[in-house]
Amino acid sequence: MTRVELCTAPFDPYADLRRFQRSRGLDRGACGATAVFVGSMRDFNEGESVAELFLEHYPGMTERCLEEIVAGTLADTGAEDARVVHRVGPILPGEDIVLVAAFSSHRAEAFAACRAIIEALKRDAPFWKREKGPAGERWVSCNTGDK
Amino acid sequence: MIRILFFAGLAETLGRREVDLDYPGQVDVAGVWDRVVGAPRPDRLRCARNQVHCDFGAAVQDGDEVAFFPPVTGG
Repeated sequence: MTRVELCTAPFDPYADLRRFQRSRGLDRGACGATAVFVGSMRDFNEGESVAELFLEHYPGMTERCLEEIVAGTLADTGAEDARVVHRVGPILPGEDIVLVAAFSSHRAEAFAACRAIIEALKRDAPFWKREKGPAGERWVSCNTGDK
Repeated sequence: MIRILFFAGLAETLGRREVDLDYPGQVDVAGVWDRVVGAPRPDRLRCARNQVHCDFGAAVQDGDEVAFFPPVTGG
């Protein structure tokens, strides 16, 4: 499995994590630490209910940006490997939007890599959310700082 | 030829997602915006050249792909 994947349908991040560990040989003892972030769709945002989300992206640049973020983070933190899965297209409340997992021999590098990847993704990866709620549709204007 | 792409709310506001521009000779990303949109750049507008984030002063070559988009909101 590759480190970065975009998907158009609901996915199970925990099953994906297991498959990735096996496919990359990360389950054979070298990695004692796996740090995981899963971002899921809320049914509210900025005080309003949200019934559906549409995630637009920039095909080509999005994958390239995520691959660069992962490679740079692994080099910076010394973590062994990482996995990023991100949904695109229509998404319903409760569905998972993003999985970031970082694998390392010890927890410090794994936590650092996982945090660095999700923060860089939110800052730089070309995705845009459009929310559908009772008042109609609106584009989310910016990502919240470090919430 | 320069291929220009617009995304998300910006594409809706402009009413187009993609446009080609004959290469006008020495030009930067800001100059591409001025030629194809002709209006002041929105606050917080971001841009990319050949699928890499860049500044508005980045030089654009014939055959490049230039993209304009609002702040990103993934994750």
